[in-house]
Amino acid sequence: MPDSQWEVVIGMEVHVQPRTRTKMFCGCAIGQLGDPPNSNVCEVCMGMPGVLPVINKAAVEACLKTALALNCEIPRHTKFDRKNYMYPDLPKGYQISQYDLPMSVNGHLELGDRQVRIRRVHLEEDTGKLIHAGDKLHKAWESYVDLNRAGVPLMEIVSEPDLRSADEARDYAQALRTLLRTIGASEAEMEKGQLRAEPNISIRRYGSDDLGVKTELKNINSFRALHRAIEFEVNRQVEVVESGGTVGQETRGWSEAEQRTFSQRSKEFAEDYRYFPEPDLPPLELDRPWIEALRRALPELPAARRARLVSQYALPASDATQIAAERELADLFEAAAKASGDSKQTANWIIGEVAPRGKLPTPAHLAELVTLVATGKITRDQGREVLGTSMENGHSPAQIVAERGFAQISDESELRVIVEGVIAGNPRAVEDYRAGKKQAMQALMADVLTRAPQTKPNIASALLLELLK
Amino acid sequence: MSELTELTIAEAARLLRLHSISVAELVTAHVERIAKVDPLVKAFLRATPEMYEKQAEAADEKLRRREGGPLTGIPLAVKDVLCVKGIETTAGSKILRGFKPPYTGTAVQRLFDAGAVMLGVTNCDEFAMGSSTENSGYYPTHNPWDLDRVPGGSSGGSAAAVAAGEAMIAVGTDTGGSIRQPAAVCGVVGMKPTYGRVSRYGLIAFASSLDQIGPFARSVEDASLVLDAMSGHDPLDATSSDRPNDVRKDFDKGVKGMRLGMPREYFDVEGMEPGVNKAVREAIKALENAGAEIVDVTLPHTDYGLAAYYIIAPAECSSNLARFDGVKYGMSVQDVDNITEMYMRTRRQGFGEEVRRRIMLGTYALSSGYYDAYYLKAQKVRTLIKRDFDDAFSKCDAIVSATSPAVAFPIGSKTDDPLSMYLCDVLTLGGNLAGLPGISVPCGTSQGLPVGLQVLAPQWREDVALRVARAYEVASGVMAEVASVA
Repeated sequence: MPDSQWEVVIGMEVHVQPRTRTKMFCGCAIGQLGDPPNSNVCEVCMGMPGVLPVINKAAVEACLKTALALNCEIPRHTKFDRKNYMYPDLPKGYQISQYDLPMSVNGHLELGDRQVRIRRVHLEEDTGKLIHAGDKLHKAWESYVDLNRAGVPLMEIVSEPDLRSADEARDYAQALRTLLRTIGASEAEMEKGQLRAEPNISIRRYGSDDLGVKTELKNINSFRALHRAIEFEVNRQVEVVESGGTVGQETRGWSEAEQRTFSQRSKEFAEDYRYFPEPDLPPLELDRPWIEALRRALPELPAARRARLVSQYALPASDATQIAAERELADLFEAAAKASGDSKQTANWIIGEVAPRGKLPTPAHLAELVTLVATGKITRDQGREVLGTSMENGHSPAQIVAERGFAQISDESELRVIVEGVIAGNPRAVEDYRAGKKQAMQALMADVLTRAPQTKPNIASALLLELLK
Repeated sequence: MSELTELTIAEAARLLRLHSISVAELVTAHVERIAKVDPLVKAFLRATPEMYEKQAEAADEKLRRREGGPLTGIPLAVKDVLCVKGIETTAGSKILRGFKPPYTGTAVQRLFDAGAVMLGVTNCDEFAMGSSTENSGYYPTHNPWDLDRVPGGSSGGSAAAVAAGEAMIAVGTDTGGSIRQPAAVCGVVGMKPTYGRVSRYGLIAFASSLDQIGPFARSVEDASLVLDAMSGHDPLDATSSDRPNDVRKDFDKGVKGMRLGMPREYFDVEGMEPGVNKAVREAIKALENAGAEIVDVTLPHTDYGLAAYYIIAPAECSSNLARFDGVKYGMSVQDVDNITEMYMRTRRQGFGEEVRRRIMLGTYALSSGYYDAYYLKAQKVRTLIKRDFDDAFSKCDAIVSATSPAVAFPIGSKTDDPLSMYLCDVLTLGGNLAGLPGISVPCGTSQGLPVGLQVLAPQWREDVALRVARAYEVASGVMAEVASVA
């Protein structure tokens, strides 16, 4: 990590694909990764002459829900603007985005006990994709344009430069994903490109209030890559500055293969996008009853749920944080804890065993498992195995315990029959024991455990002693 | 000249319903008329037999079943900026040569649905930028009343086709006067509706906040029927209005008791010809005699309209025309080393001089550091001009003036002077900046050439504009005539 005299300053631009059936300005289906090129297109998203955009209401609602969940202010009017630049993946020669009257401003996201300020959340459209025969556009001898992504809605969530480490940046992105999933605004799968995080990174000496020259990182496809890319970039900037150089303002790409960032585009000469209001779309009025209805329909948000997990289930704050970080985990916890009546053990199982598996059991199964272990019916180790099997074949833990004969025999009457059988079947050892040879006890116990492997040894030996008297 | 090419819609509809003529005969008469006069007029860029043959057959079939409406079987010409599926549509530009849209725009589709029969595609200034049709990427169109003169523009082909009896009706587009001005100098009726009345879906955009589609015809009634068929909300155009379509209400009620405003600035513009002034004042006198009250009104920001227009329209066009990049359709220069060279050479070869000039003007006006001084200021002027009209309409029901300050000028006389060309629109572009409906009707001649009377009405009051124009037709007994074409 960098020398302690350097403070890291990170702001995040996150592009999120809202959950909609159709594209931002036309009726085309969103489609899947791997669809044949140009199969989800029409004259509108292909930028044919004469076409016009029509706003997708579902995208606007997803954006407004996100803005509300991020505690943003929502103005009474918003509008779309054209961002003009020419590139073959941009069929109209401009991107419809939002410039000076975005859908929302001035919010914050709670990150543990901190607040990260949100500058704005706005809506825009995605571009298409280029496939080059050759490594890049200017060198390629042939390039192909796939417009399946062109016109797919995107929300852009811009934070203030409030993050101070790679850890915080990753936590922020994860918290954002949880929030988006909780409110149903997006699937927010990073691997599917539904959530793209672009950190802006600069360094400065501790105590300074100035912002250093920032670099923007792109091509980040996972939370792990986000963390690594930031660490790499911070180290690179520190090295540049400490060796007497200056950091240049630029966009850098993260190479997953090489685990490093590389320069993509200098931003010294800022591009002039000639923004102006999109004349094909009248300004949108965001009327208050609509906004209030959306606000009322929001589910409990992760920060509030975390607090409630502490107060209602008496969970330690760290457990509550981990569980509330994933909506599915928190749902599972609450249902299973209620069914089992043991919230502490339920939380332990979720954090220790369920979360790392990346797959969830049903709440009823988990509750059953927690009870089986807590009441001593099976051991913890057996519990892990039962959980794994249950999640694989869908059978209930009790059923698996029965099928495998895992149950610890704690039923005394059943055990008494077995122990009586052992005494009857080993007259010699019984005689030796009664004659004072205490070692004979071991042979008897061995036989009990052979006949009943699930027997708890302490219970068995106590019963044996009792019956031998 | 066949009588069939001089009919109005009402006359044609009556004959079609009596089965005195068939649609096939009506269309053939027009096709023959085109074959005869269009080598001289050059109103059309392309004939569309693949459209009119089937459409005529379908229309005759409808009439046999005693179905259809007033436009069933009516021969129509379509300006080259309106997309028709499978029909080469080029916006008068070489850059789109060979482009066949995969869809038909809403307004034209509505005319097809109403039974109109598309004869062909008419010439225009490239991307509708111009006032003479000389900026066509193909060839200039000639004024049917004097073949040495321009037909106006940018919808000069549509106006000339109707004037020469090559089409009974036509559609054009009006961004700063591109329907009304050619209608005036070709002696036909042309109307620009309220912004939002007719869907722009399928209109190859020049300036999105100003463009409107409208009709050409040889009578006010015909124009009203075409407008009526095209009007109404379109879910594919977010700027189209869902107001009720009432453009023809009170059509024949006359002007008795109406107040008509004469904006003093409109009678004192640069380049106003005495003959035009006289013809228009006589027309207004005829309306007064028919019972209208003539009042003086003022539009104080008129002088700034042209400047504001020539910032806003080029700014929007610079963005709208960015899609013509050689990547997806139309011209694409291929022997290049890289993408930037392809963009530059395709656009330099594909666009004409006026289009390139406006793209540059608009790009400059939107550039960082200039946006506030140009684009934003022009938008403020636009607001002032709207307010001028609001104030004027508080004193009158409609505004009357000349459509164009001058009659058709000789071909080639203004091509080296873009500013004098821009002045042709000085009386019409205010209506676009304010989004108003406006109509031009023939009102006599000056130097033996047609003069147009413009009627502007408040937003959504096409009914008022049509009613005044119709009243003038009745009062004067002047109807558009078909030019014989020497």
